Amino acid sequence: MDFIAIFSIFILACFVGYFVVWSVTPALHTPLMSVTNAISSVIIVGALIASAAAGSASSKWLGLAAVVMASINIFGGFAVTARMLAMYKKKER
Amino acid sequence: MEIQSILAAAADGHGAVNPWAAIAYLVAGVLFILSLRGLSSPATAQSGNRFGMIGMTIAVVTTLLTHMPMKFGDATNSYTGVDPVGLIEILAAIGIGAVIGIVMARRIAMTAMPQLVAAFHSLVGLAAVAVAAAAYLNPQAFGIADAAGQIFTVSRIEMGLGIAIGAITFSGSVIAFLKLNGNMSGSPIMLPGRHIINLGTLAAIIGLVAYFTFDQSPWVFWTVTGLSFAIGFLLIIPIGGADMPVVVSMLNSYSGWAAAAMGFTLGNTAMIITGALVGSSGAILSYIMCRAMNRSFISVIAGGFGAEASASGGGSKEQRPWKPGSADDAAFLMSQADTVIIVPGYGMAVAQAQHALREMGDLLKKEGVTVKYAIHPVAGRMPGHMNVLLAEANVPYDEVFELEDINGEFAQADVAFVIGANDVTNPSAKTDKTSPIYGMPVLDVEKAKTVLFVKRSMGGVGYAGVDNDVFYMDQTMMLLGDAKKMTDDIVKALNGGGH
Repeated sequence: MDFIAIFSIFILACFVGYFVVWSVTPALHTPLMSVTNAISSVIIVGALIASAAAGSASSKWLGLAAVVMASINIFGGFAVTARMLAMYKKKER
Repeated sequence: MEIQSILAAAADGHGAVNPWAAIAYLVAGVLFILSLRGLSSPATAQSGNRFGMIGMTIAVVTTLLTHMPMKFGDATNSYTGVDPVGLIEILAAIGIGAVIGIVMARRIAMTAMPQLVAAFHSLVGLAAVAVAAAAYLNPQAFGIADAAGQIFTVSRIEMGLGIAIGAITFSGSVIAFLKLNGNMSGSPIMLPGRHIINLGTLAAIIGLVAYFTFDQSPWVFWTVTGLSFAIGFLLIIPIGGADMPVVVSMLNSYSGWAAAAMGFTLGNTAMIITGALVGSSGAILSYIMCRAMNRSFISVIAGGFGAEASASGGGSKEQRPWKPGSADDAAFLMSQADTVIIVPGYGMAVAQAQHALREMGDLLKKEGVTVKYAIHPVAGRMPGHMNVLLAEANVPYDEVFELEDINGEFAQADVAFVIGANDVTNPSAKTDKTSPIYGMPVLDVEKAKTVLFVKRSMGGVGYAGVDNDVFYMDQTMMLLGDAKKMTDDIVKALNGGGH
């Protein structure tokens, strides 16, 4: 994809992020941080490409190390978010 | 059929982007937007989290399918099929990460959430560094270099920025983790001439990233990496413990920009959308935290808060009369009240008093008292932390209110019960222009008919090191003692009192 197309997506996504994040209730700011943590580990895409590629052993091992780190974040981030969100309860009546 | 054609495209090399893969990444990006959107209310938050998981699964599966590790036949000089060992290695790496991540998520105490988030940020940063380094070492695999191995100019800038932001995120988060976890003193560490060192290092990084576009030799790349690790470390060590909520939010933002930069390198929409979302999210949270402390972002980054304040604390220490109270007094006053507003601070969480506090609230509600909780944005150690701690203690979220929603109600409240909080109730923030916390939004507890202030002793002062006039007001009763023990005693008095 050419740079301008990608840059356009980036700028629009920044605006989407701005409005979506302001609509998050302050009570959920900690889960917001843990879930953004989990999704920013989408960087695993790059790590998977590196670990599958032929041609450079050091590149492959760096990729595999990044896969481990990113998946710690993905699984840990989503799991801890789910754990926190399950605690938020309404008044029972 | 589909998968075969995708595999064929992958084996083909790294030319055109597979349109199905591009659409899958876009869907993943949209699901990530929905996952944050779900957090607008606790009722929809759990489904939001599930959208996030689905999005991540789509992104990972798409990448695995389009980038299978291939066996390379020497004789035929072409790809001969999927390399099973390579695939097992990748799946094992995911599995190892999954086990570590899930165990961490299950075991962590809610009070330690800021440390966990800082640790996770450091991993995103380090993963970004590893991916950028892998892309640098094997650029053709990422489709960012020509046949001669010359990396495209745009890709060099993206890669340089990616590795710089990733490295800063990593080393900064490690320091934040050590400070939050108590392995390192929370007090600021001030190097002489640190502003010059920091600005010089930043200028060098920017200069070298620019130079990288002309010269892709390894020394440029690795110097950028090394300097970025150093600047992340240097930037965070002078920042004091009180400012950690801002730092954690800021590093959250950086981890997003690092992902976005790598997304540019790979031309991957899922990474770019996510990076932009996370980047804005962290930036907004930093802004909210700064506003809640009335500190400018620049002054937080410049660091040193807490060092000068503790020095000035001793000055105004004349003896003023204050009224002590007992748990029985507090229990009686609150059981006779119509409305009690509880103001919890981090000291409450440190004393692990949240369960006793909720029990106290339940008993009061049984007596017909309206109980509400008032949360200051910086009540915990990270944005929204106190809400999580109260939720863990089974406090219903519709009894918990943010500062701007409840501040008007103190004037009608019979009792304000302040526990483990101090600076966030200090009225001098509204009146005393010389106070270090002047201008910080505070909870108007002094407007309540009675203020019950649970505090360990009269000696200690809050983070900002200022005396609180609320202690000495006529309607204030100081309940001196450990927050948990005091709350337990009040619960006992409420149970045994029987009026």
